[in-house]
Formats: sequence, C-alpha cells, structure tokens
Amino acid sequence: MASGSGSGSGRWSEDLETEAAMAMGTTDVELLKRAWRNEKAAPEILQFEAALVLRAREQIQLLEETVEEFTENGVDDLVVSLYQMDLDRTLFLLRSYLRIRLQKIEKYMIHISKTNLWNRLSEQEQRFAKRCTDIMEKHLGQSVLSRLPYGYQSILKQSISSEEDDMVPEPQLDTFVFCKTKNAVGAFQLDDTGDEIVDLVADDLYVLRYKSIKGLVESGRIDLV
Amino acid sequence: MAGQSNPDLSVFSAPEVEFLAEDEMVEIVPNIRMEALNMICGDFGPFFPQIASKVPLWLAVALKKRGKCTIRTPEWMSVERLTQVLEAERESPREFQPLPFHYVEISRLLFDRAHDDIPDLYMVRSLIEDIRDVRFHKVETGLETISGRTHAVKLKNLSAMEVNIVRPFMVRALQAFYRHDSPQMIQQPRTMGSRQPQVVDRGPRRDLRPR
Repeated sequence: MASGSGSGSGRWSEDLETEAAMAMGTTDVELLKRAWRNEKAAPEILQFEAALVLRAREQIQLLEETVEEFTENGVDDLVVSLYQMDLDRTLFLLRSYLRIRLQKIEKYMIHISKTNLWNRLSEQEQRFAKRCTDIMEKHLGQSVLSRLPYGYQSILKQSISSEEDDMVPEPQLDTFVFCKTKNAVGAFQLDDTGDEIVDLVADDLYVLRYKSIKGLVESGRIDLV
Repeated sequence: MAGQSNPDLSVFSAPEVEFLAEDEMVEIVPNIRMEALNMICGDFGPFFPQIASKVPLWLAVALKKRGKCTIRTPEWMSVERLTQVLEAERESPREFQPLPFHYVEISRLLFDRAHDDIPDLYMVRSLIEDIRDVRFHKVETGLETISGRTHAVKLKNLSAMEVNIVRPFMVRALQAFYRHDSPQMIQQPRTMGSRQPQVVDRGPRRDLRPR
C-alpha cells in the first residue's frame, strides 16, 4: 500500500517516476511536502505536479477504504486512529497544496491567462481560472468600468493610450526567498552583470532573490524553505 | 517580530512548521504488541513490548498520549551535549552551531507530551531556552549588517522555527535595500508590470556609513 522507503511495497508500479522515487528512498509524502513548501514560498505559481497529485489521491482513497473496512471489522481502535491520523496528515498536505495554488490563481488570474504560466495549471485549474476571469471581468465591467469615461474602460489598460497592459497585477519575482540545496551547486551567478556570484554549498541555508534561482527551483536542484 | 501576522510574508504559520517537524523520526519503547503499520508516509513496526522502534514524532506522541510507549530522548537533547552547544554558541559570535533543523519544535513537543521521559528536564529546558536566546541575538546582530550591497545572505545551521520567525522582517529589509540602492532602476508600484527595459548597471554605490 505505501510507497515506503525501500521496504518493498506490494504494489506493481509502472510509473517510472514512482520507481525512481522509491529507488531513492523518497516517499510520495516527502515529494508532496516538497511541492507544498516550494509552492508556499514561491511568489509565482509553479508547475502542477500532476503525477504526484494523482498518486497521492489514489493512496488516500485506498487508505480511506481500508479504514472503513477496519472499522467495520472491529479492528483495534488504536490502530484505526493511527491510520486515520496518517490519512488526515496526507489530506492536509494535498489540500493545502491545491489551496495555495488556487490563491495564487485568484490573485493573478489575468496575468496567468495571458502568459505561458497558463501551461503550469492543471485542466481543472484552467477551468477555474477561466470562470474566475469571466466573473471578475463582468463584475468590474458592470459596477465600475462601464461608468468610467470612454478610453478608460479596459480591465487591462489604464487608458487606451497605454501601450501595454499596465493594470494587470503581476507576481513579484524579485522578492527574497529562503532556500537550501541538497547537492552543491557551486559558484552561481545571481544577476546579469556577473557582479553577484554566490557559492552554493550543500545543506546551507541562503536568502536569495527568487528571480535568480527560478531555474534551479524548477529543475528541482534547490528547495525553498 | 514584525510581519508575523501577514501570511504573505510569513509563508508558514507556526503550526505548519510544527507539522513539518512532526515527521522527524524518534525512538520509542512500546509497552504493547502491535502489528506493522503500512501507512502512506511509510511502514513502521511491528511493535513488541520493551523493544525500541523508530517512528515519526507524530506517531510517537499519539502512542505516548494513550500510554502505549515511552519516548527515548534524542541524543542531542542531553545536558552534556546541550551545554557544549551553548558554550560554542557563546564563543563564536558569527556562526551558528549545528543543531537538528527542527530542534525547537521537537523539544517543545517532547516537553509538552513526554516530559516524564526526559532526564534532567529542567536543566534541558533551561539550556535550550538559553541556546535559543543566544542564537536569536546573533540573528538580530547579523541583520544590522545588511546593506544595499547584500545580494545574498548565508544562514548556515539556522533552524526551521528561527527561519520562520525572522523571514518577514528579513525579506522586507532586503527588498527595501534592493530597491532603494538602485537609483537607475525605474521605480514601479507593486501592481504594475515593469516592462520597461531594466537598467542592470546599478551605478556607483556610495556607502552611507563609514566602515
């Protein structure tokens, strides 16, 4: 049932990712925790972990059914309550992960719809974002924009003389984040001019601008804390 | 510290940090027999009376609450080790001593739920409080050295709870220095896109304080 660390679970898994994770001794809960932490700390929305979420849901469902069976068969209360705690903890992680993403979508819905951040959303999130933007546009249009003078009625631009969409809130990528790297990255250039170089040692804690390490976070080489 | 009540800045609430800490492994000595637990987060057990076993902290606390085990105090939580750490902390004003990442949360949970399993409880508690104080004082002193030239901060061996407490203030401080020290960058209010080409050359910097 569990993708335990190296202790041979009975489930035959064809998912290469799961096999690789199990071979490394990382449980899905660990991966979910990591995704949750990164998502919480990052200013912009990150890539949706579709495979991980699917596996987590399957395991949660399996455990829910097992707990039901146990209760019906009169298994010891203690054991049932412990499994229930495990279930609650995993559910919390999953829900919190999904919620923080929804929060980000609500905050930056227009920006996400108009850039390639859209591809980081799951199908359901995309539908949510679309409905959100439609509702928001309609609401703002009816209550405010339609009553503004001509030329100022766009939800995207301050006025028709704006060259770009300057009314769209964007996530602040140059905010500072706390991070740790599992394996040494070595000398890393933080900015474009090469003025700022930092030696990233394994397991040390750093506070850096998110923009500089965006790529490392996305490739999984650095964890946000 | 400032900004703690702002969820945008503090990222994790204290209970969430504790949640993360609860997955750390501890050793328990059960007084019952229980079959193996195949959980989503891992496999544990089977459990036999008087045979030590490693489980996550949340599981240990749950069993302890029901009187089914005692918890073995982790090695680092002994009076000798903590005294060493405290002395080392006092002697090195700019370095943090290595401690478990979740030492604050682990010790707090054990004090609350398993105090009868901890030898020299009062001594241990007082040592940990002192260690926290010394370390936090170092953090505060370190904050004073942040300047416009600070593009990265290294906080080796800082623990999870300490990170969480200092996060809002440090992020805001670094942001403020980053913005105000770039006279050639065009200031944009937060909600507007800054699509004008960013001037990367930040120009000659002047130290405001003689060093």
